Amino acid sequence: MAPIPDLIERPIPAWRRLYENGALRKTALLALLALVWEGYARVLDNPLLFPTLTATVSALLSSVRSGELPRAIAYTLKLLLEGYVLGLLFAALLTALASTSKIGADLLETLTSMFNPLPSIALLPLALIWFGLGDGSVIFVLVHAVLWSVALNAHAGFRALSPTLRMVGQNYGLSPIGFITRILIPGAFPSILTGLKVGWAFAWRTLIAAELVFGVSSGSGGIGWYIFEHKNQLLIPNVFAGLLTVILFGLFVEHVIFRTIEERTVRRWGMQI
Amino acid sequence: MALLDVTNVTLQYRTADRVVTATRGVSFSVDQSDRFVILGPSGCGKSTILKAVAGFVAPVEGRIHLGGTPVTRPGPDRIVVFQEFDQLLPWKTVIHNITFALTASGRVPAAEADSRARHYLEKVRLSAFADSFPHTLSGGMKQRVAIARAMAMEPQVLLMDEPFAALDALTRSRMQEELLQLWSDTKFTILFVTHSIEEAIRVGSRILLLSAHPGTVKAEVRSAGIDDRDASGRLLSARIHAQLFDGSHS
Repeated sequence: MAPIPDLIERPIPAWRRLYENGALRKTALLALLALVWEGYARVLDNPLLFPTLTATVSALLSSVRSGELPRAIAYTLKLLLEGYVLGLLFAALLTALASTSKIGADLLETLTSMFNPLPSIALLPLALIWFGLGDGSVIFVLVHAVLWSVALNAHAGFRALSPTLRMVGQNYGLSPIGFITRILIPGAFPSILTGLKVGWAFAWRTLIAAELVFGVSSGSGGIGWYIFEHKNQLLIPNVFAGLLTVILFGLFVEHVIFRTIEERTVRRWGMQI
Repeated sequence: MALLDVTNVTLQYRTADRVVTATRGVSFSVDQSDRFVILGPSGCGKSTILKAVAGFVAPVEGRIHLGGTPVTRPGPDRIVVFQEFDQLLPWKTVIHNITFALTASGRVPAAEADSRARHYLEKVRLSAFADSFPHTLSGGMKQRVAIARAMAMEPQVLLMDEPFAALDALTRSRMQEELLQLWSDTKFTILFVTHSIEEAIRVGSRILLLSAHPGTVKAEVRSAGIDDRDASGRLLSARIHAQLFDGSHS
């Protein structure tokens, strides 16, 4: 066997270094997929079934320019934020109840195991009867989508907080409110953040689905409605443009907003779970 | 009058299916600037006594007085240094762990907290790590921060619950040395719990010996910091060992 040379250091070939770059690999994959899309659509040559990438992008740009798509995005976001914030408020209430008594904890666990497996969209028909054809119904299903995952994760986070950290907090003689905001919440933040992410993912998918079923009230609709309406008009490139928007916005929230929060908090603190 | 008076204290804790008596009728008193060690085998309730002095556990019988006032709940006049490394708040830097303790407890106004925190961080030789997060520190460094944080609070009594037990032998020995050094600077009062006879002799000026199941006081001995021989030629550690385990092994 040949002896291993006395290696101190040796440059890694350029192609190898490029290959190690994850962002570059993914960009190359995306470019390849775009090429496949464009090529297949051109071969198929049926814009009603499968429009080309270029047609989709130009439909997207013209919808953005006409203000139709920005309006739809703004509408969807407004509903999303209303539902999300309201869901967080209910989750905070339920978690507070669960943290103060055993019965409260049992209530949270029972409700969560009942409602968590229930897809929010399944509640939409009922919500339409209760709240009518309006934003109220959509917000109701959004609250349902956010509430359980956030409450369950926050509660689990509070329970998992080490007894030592609790005693450290009590040692300073903090008030009950001070103890919750300055020890419990930061200590449980990794779990809370997981709940927020799962809640967001549920809410986003539920909202688009709810808008597809029924999206319009007082003449304006969200992204789901944009997709549905253009399908009815057989403007398929616009349908694809709507889907692309849903994907891009979802990626933005998950990979930019939540990633930034993670890097500034749990990763920096070494509390990643 | 003694600084800390523990009189006839019986402590119990509950597990899922039974009530366990941790200590029975324990009495001792700690004077200003004592390095008072509670020494005993595991199961003697020594940590439970410390938690009772800290106010985390209420005695079922007996009284605990600090400076003449009864102890009813946790407070910043009795700061605990725990054994666990996770006693630092992971979401705060080293310096903010200390300033948070000072301001949240109302011990020091915010304007003075930073300089006081830096002063005590200097004492444990960790000034260079003021802006580090706890997860980047070694176990020994975390314990030094915890000690600095506790000392910065300038409590009436510093409660230490086997603070060096989770460290390797070399680091533990160095930390004991440093603690004595810090004590000789400011002569603060320490109540220190350990199961190591060697550590008790080294750290303590007075050592309370507890037997196990339930913990009762066996004796109290004095230590000069070294394992010396008495008039009959017996080592202090041998005498402690005999008193702790006398009869319980036969």
